[in-house]
Amino acid sequence: MHRQTYRSHRGLAEGGSARGITLVQGVLVVVLIAAVAATGIVYLYFSSSSMQRLIVSTTTSLYDTGLLEVVGDRFWKEQNINVSFVAAGTGLAIQYAQRGDSDLVLVHSPSQELAFMQAGDGVNRKIIAYNFFIIVGPMDDPVKVQGLSALEALNKIRQAGEAGTAIWVSRGDDSGTHTKEKALWKAAGINLTKIREEPWYLEAGAGMGKTLQIANEKQAYTLSDTGTYLKYFKDGLISLEDLITQGKDLLNVYSVLAESPSKQADVNFEGAMKFIRFLVSQEGQDLIGSYGKEEYGEPLFYPAVQLLKEKANPELLSWIQGYAYLNSSECIPQYRYQEGTLYET
Amino acid sequence: MDAIIEGLEKALQLIVSGDPEVLNISARSLLVSGTATLLAAAVSLPLGLAIGVRSFRGKRIVRGVFNALLGIPTVALGVILYLFFSRSGPLGFLHLMYTTLGIALGQAVLITPIAVSFITSAIESVDPEIRHLARTLGAGETEASFAVLRESASGVALAIIASFNRAVAELGIALMIGGNIRGLTRVLTTAIAIETGRGELALGIALAIILLLLVTAVTIVTSVVGRRR
Repeated sequence: MHRQTYRSHRGLAEGGSARGITLVQGVLVVVLIAAVAATGIVYLYFSSSSMQRLIVSTTTSLYDTGLLEVVGDRFWKEQNINVSFVAAGTGLAIQYAQRGDSDLVLVHSPSQELAFMQAGDGVNRKIIAYNFFIIVGPMDDPVKVQGLSALEALNKIRQAGEAGTAIWVSRGDDSGTHTKEKALWKAAGINLTKIREEPWYLEAGAGMGKTLQIANEKQAYTLSDTGTYLKYFKDGLISLEDLITQGKDLLNVYSVLAESPSKQADVNFEGAMKFIRFLVSQEGQDLIGSYGKEEYGEPLFYPAVQLLKEKANPELLSWIQGYAYLNSSECIPQYRYQEGTLYET
Repeated sequence: MDAIIEGLEKALQLIVSGDPEVLNISARSLLVSGTATLLAAAVSLPLGLAIGVRSFRGKRIVRGVFNALLGIPTVALGVILYLFFSRSGPLGFLHLMYTTLGIALGQAVLITPIAVSFITSAIESVDPEIRHLARTLGAGETEASFAVLRESASGVALAIIASFNRAVAELGIALMIGGNIRGLTRVLTTAIAIETGRGELALGIALAIILLLLVTAVTIVTSVVGRRR
């Protein structure tokens, strides 16, 4: 009876609207929304879990060049294994593997790679490529560092900075490039803690592209990887000049490591080993060595496998060995696992 | 400035030519964030209604908590969710890392407080007389609550739209949980981030324009459908 009375007056209760919602309708709406949401969930679940995947965590500077997508596509064509690249800083890329979220890592930080192996996670390290970091600066190069070694250049930039005639922009984000920069200041005999307080030393706290743009705005000097610099330069986003492009101190070495299946049982170790073998194969090395040649007139990466094997360039070989070898080997036997013929020369 | 104009041109060109990769990414954004929004709505409608119409001890605290969660940085939530979803984490067995489902669930967690807060506000702003009137006219407790919900429909719709917009425009969770994998988990925001990082500024702006168009379209369609009802 009471219900009847309520229903007949409902129009009044709802400010003149002729329609209302009963309990049943209300519940129906929520159930309907939940059902559609559940359909979405089921769809998303099946669309993403149907294929076998190989997850590679890697550094942003390497991923941003676009090389990995080319390599991944070729690998997919030949081996029918889908490679997913997840780009993060070197530190996070290694964390991903250690937590079992990626099957292998492609990074450029020998000290962090060693720690990764010592923790019992990383196995079967292979050096796949190298290139050089570059020191870039204003076109007119006011400090006149062109032609100097990296360490001499840093000392001159510091002097000019303290005299108020030069600015340095640091990544300041603990990336692989930032780690390298800190090592360079140290090797140049300069106290980084001290210069960080000085007004000519700026910390961007940003990626390479952003840092280059800041350096460009400020007409400053900075350390960069080749790929990002060439891309930004070619697209007219910056007008900085690459002033120092070679030298032992600027060496940059890329390695691949698999996550150990004895540490993370779920990882796709078999797929990871296939991908490592592909990277060090003649075909994989050729892909790496030719990438970017057409677009930039020079390759962005140099293949390392042949170089380490044939020892044709003893100077470069000794640089790489000194910088990226761990106990005179790219991977000491202790950190190898079901490696097969990977290390046979 | 050139990059902005170039970006506008590029956006137009990408939309007109129906670039398959851009279409794919946009559709994925819509699907993932749409699912997240519906999931959040299914939870927050009853919850917001309950908090809005009832008075109970600690109500201010409950509301305060939801309001505070509105401001959580998506990067922070991304890291927390990562630690849960990671294969070594407590929910690792669900294999949610680097899947669109993982992003959708993460975004649902992000926007549920938004939906609850806004729905509660919308319901509280309804004149309490309406509830009293409905009760006087013989409606049960629950039925009276629904009368209030009906009255606040436009506010509730706004809450849902705002939640969707937040989900589709967030970056932290999509990056951390999805990993921005091409063809699998790349959505509009992560695509903008990667293209900008690569120096493809015009393409970044073009994708941002597409994101804005998508959000605007969803908002308009929702409000038109809402008005018809």
